[in-house]
Amino acid sequence: MSLNSISLRRLAASIGTALAAALPMSASADMSGKTVQWVIPFSETGGSAKWANFFAPLLKEALPGKPTVVVKFMPGAGSTKGANWFQRQKHKDGTLLFGSSGSTQFPYLLGDPRVRYEYKDWNPVMATGTGGVAYLNAKAGAMFDGTANKLKDIEFIYGSQGATRLDLVPLLAWRMLGMKVEPVFGIKGRGDGRLMFERGEANIDYQTSSAYLSGSMPLVKAGTAVPMMSWGALDANGNIVRDPTFPDIATFKEVCEATAGCETKGDAWDAWKAFFVAGFPSQKIAFLPRGTPKDVIDTYVKAFAKVKARPDFAKISAKRVGKYPMFVGAGAKAALGTATSVPDKAKAFVTGWLKEAYGVSLRKK
Amino acid sequence: MELLTAALPALGDAANLIFQPVVLGYLVLGVVMGLAIGVFPGLGGIAGLSLLLPFMFGMEPVLGLALMIGMVAVVPTSDTFASVLMGIPGSSASQATVLDGFPMARKGEAARALSAAFSSSLFGGLVGATFLTFFILAARPLVLAFGLPEMLMVTILGLSMVAILAGRIALKGLAAAGLGLMVGTIGEADAGGSLRMATYDIPYLTDGLKLVIVGLGIFAIPEIVSLLRQDKSISSTATLGGGWLDGVRDWFANIWLSVRCSMIGVAVGVIPGLGGSVVDWIAYGHAVQTTKDKSQFGKGEIRGIVGPESSNNAKEGGGLVPTLLFGIPGSGSMAVFIGAVALLGSGDIEVGPSMLKNNLDITYSIVWLLALANVAGTLLCIAASGGIARLTTIRFALVAPFLFMLIAFAAFQSGQDLFDLVALFAIGLIGIFLRRFDWSRPAFLIGFVLSNPAETFTNQAYQIAASRFRKGFEEGIEYIFSPIVIVLIIVTVISIFFGIRQAKSIQAEGDVQSGSKRAPLIFLLLFTAYLVIAVVDASTIPDDVFTDKVFPLTIGSISVACCLYLLFRMMTRPETDTIFADKEVAGDDAESGRGLWSTLAWFAGLLALSALFGFIIALAVFLLAFFRVRAGLEWVRSAMLTAAGIAFMCLVAGLLNRDFPPGLLQSLVELPWPLT
Repeated sequence: MSLNSISLRRLAASIGTALAAALPMSASADMSGKTVQWVIPFSETGGSAKWANFFAPLLKEALPGKPTVVVKFMPGAGSTKGANWFQRQKHKDGTLLFGSSGSTQFPYLLGDPRVRYEYKDWNPVMATGTGGVAYLNAKAGAMFDGTANKLKDIEFIYGSQGATRLDLVPLLAWRMLGMKVEPVFGIKGRGDGRLMFERGEANIDYQTSSAYLSGSMPLVKAGTAVPMMSWGALDANGNIVRDPTFPDIATFKEVCEATAGCETKGDAWDAWKAFFVAGFPSQKIAFLPRGTPKDVIDTYVKAFAKVKARPDFAKISAKRVGKYPMFVGAGAKAALGTATSVPDKAKAFVTGWLKEAYGVSLRKK
Repeated sequence: MELLTAALPALGDAANLIFQPVVLGYLVLGVVMGLAIGVFPGLGGIAGLSLLLPFMFGMEPVLGLALMIGMVAVVPTSDTFASVLMGIPGSSASQATVLDGFPMARKGEAARALSAAFSSSLFGGLVGATFLTFFILAARPLVLAFGLPEMLMVTILGLSMVAILAGRIALKGLAAAGLGLMVGTIGEADAGGSLRMATYDIPYLTDGLKLVIVGLGIFAIPEIVSLLRQDKSISSTATLGGGWLDGVRDWFANIWLSVRCSMIGVAVGVIPGLGGSVVDWIAYGHAVQTTKDKSQFGKGEIRGIVGPESSNNAKEGGGLVPTLLFGIPGSGSMAVFIGAVALLGSGDIEVGPSMLKNNLDITYSIVWLLALANVAGTLLCIAASGGIARLTTIRFALVAPFLFMLIAFAAFQSGQDLFDLVALFAIGLIGIFLRRFDWSRPAFLIGFVLSNPAETFTNQAYQIAASRFRKGFEEGIEYIFSPIVIVLIIVTVISIFFGIRQAKSIQAEGDVQSGSKRAPLIFLLLFTAYLVIAVVDASTIPDDVFTDKVFPLTIGSISVACCLYLLFRMMTRPETDTIFADKEVAGDDAESGRGLWSTLAWFAGLLALSALFGFIIALAVFLLAFFRVRAGLEWVRSAMLTAAGIAFMCLVAGLLNRDFPPGLLQSLVELPWPLT
């Protein structure tokens, strides 16, 4: 347990107690007999489904009156369908919750024509994040010396889900390091990417933290994979620091600084950092619809704070949240702020790069 | 031997875990729930698992596993009911079963077909479990040997089954498969995200069409409409021949076919990324090729049931290999399963590479719970099959409205969009015409199912091969022509060669008479027009995302060429030529008293009413009107049947926490559930 998350937990707990003291228990706060619907804009099989299924029973216990909490799936159009639907919902009785993910945030940032939703209208109540680790095969790993200087002549193959998804973060990082990485598009999940790496068809890969620990660590131990860098984590001031889950792995920032030709300032860096923040440290956010009154928001914030304060939370959440802070209330709001405010210059840089490097344009046909 | 010393104690531990009364009780509970859900077309294991998820949190691991595995294991068993009795493919695991299962039901031998299918499923399931027990410790290198070129070749082998199922005119079958492949490319391309025959203004199309909808549209709707026009029962004989014991005997008489198809099921199931989509077609093709008298295929050949059914439950066992060894789900329900396992107990068990090391006893428990669930599920199904088979003797006008209700509900579950119903109707129309003009519907479906894997694997393998060739010619060749690829190429070539020779004797649509020229010609022109438009559409994709356009361009052009040949043949041949096959000229459809359009209008009415007033209100109007007007019942009975149908629908949707299609009315007024 890092110091960071202990203090955050204390903070959240104290906010929780403060709220409890400040608010008289209004009659509307009792939700017994009601059914809370937690809508996830993905299918039952994805990471967001796991996330919501993990939190749903805990939330039930923590909400006043213990209402039933059901997770509902509304997949389609890369999660924009569900998000557009949520945009049309208004507050009714506080029984609707929505879960967005990096894949919902990215199209919003990139100006995808299907996006008809506005994050600023929604009320965040909880957010969790993750990290990511890039690794090389043994042959390329032997050339890696903490910089990418000797990796620039290797032809890399990377199994990718698509340049406009979370894969944007690793692809842009490798490009900034001057590496020649050819993405092979069309894989269905990062697990397939790891399999491609294991088969020797790909020689570079990245996984999110939990998948790295369970799927890629064995490869590292067996000597067939060499960790290259983590994306890092954010400290309280928004600076990128070592990922608490992987304190021994250098961050991309460190590798970039050590590599000739890679800069940690300028448009490319701003763009990378913006999309990294949107995709990783505040990857999954739970929202209440627009127009939700403050007392309902507070009820949920309190409930999530209560979940977070459970004595067994660290243990049961180890595989869902890891050592990353779970943001509640004001923290979630701040997380949303960093996740959705990307400077226009950075956006323009990314759209230009996507078009030039992969021919991807998110414009109406 | 090292393997055995690790495996044996773990096997013993697993046996201790499983063989407790309470564990077996949970398993049976799961099995019963799975059977109930599997009977519904289009719901499948995911719906059932989602239902169980809230209870998994902190549950004793072995109990939770028993419940979940009991449910997942039997869904591919019980969906056979819908495919045999109603001709509705419940999932991708039962498409090939429809081909011969449904004709047997029409011959009055539903119970026999069902029990043969269940016996084969059971056997396949047990073969899968046995294989897994010994193989799982050594499977890793084999799974890793299947790279992209190998997977592409398995996909092509699956596509080559089109040769067998092409029908009387080979090029017609090829064109049907081509159309299927092209329909499969609709939506956002995997590689560069370009849109094909879609627009962002209709977000529904950008996701492409779902298998459930295409399966229902191509197989179920044409059969239901045709039967309804004839207004008989499904079984053409009043007395049901062939009891369940005959079916078991049939299976035993074909036991070697069952063994071989189980092996095929396990082998294909082991390959991650392909899953169930090809396996039953390969098994079906194998069954055809190894049968001497092929004339009965498509008309109720028992071997056409034993083959695919043996393979699809064995596949479940094989599919556990990538799931357990690599943590990569072989199917949608496996993905939910992986997520659910992490909720069990204290959350220590994690499906994936570490599982074999740390939880070998749990691994073996999963394998053998799967086998036990198969046994329990099959026995229950066989016991029920005799009774359920009597459904086929009920007058069809009383069954059809409920079937329309079920497939509309099932279709809506795939995307929860009103467009699901529009798509279902559109694909249903295509299915009706393919059937009428004797175009191979299985060929279309194979094309559709394999469209995405064929395109993705081709592009990916090409990209990686190009990179290897840049490193050296030898390295490139080694990559493309691995020993596995060469074997698969040989198998494919042999299968196509014999397939074309045999295709003429397999007439899935029966002997269709030819008559006038006009209708078949118009359909061919429309068919060609769609392909041409799709090709033109693909050609407008910019060249810097070449990977998004090359597949539809190539496949589309070949299909158009086939169509042009067919057009040429139509112009030069007399109207008695087989190319002018038309079911409206002679046969059951032509002799039925009712028109095609007036029958189809009922279904269209249900969909239109749903769009206006929401599903439940539409259903009430539709059922009542249908029973009163079309089936000619008096008001009281019509009302009772309507109420029963709606109550049933609400019960299912309520239990599974599902929504109904909302209409225009619902966007204006707030209504309480189930009217929402």
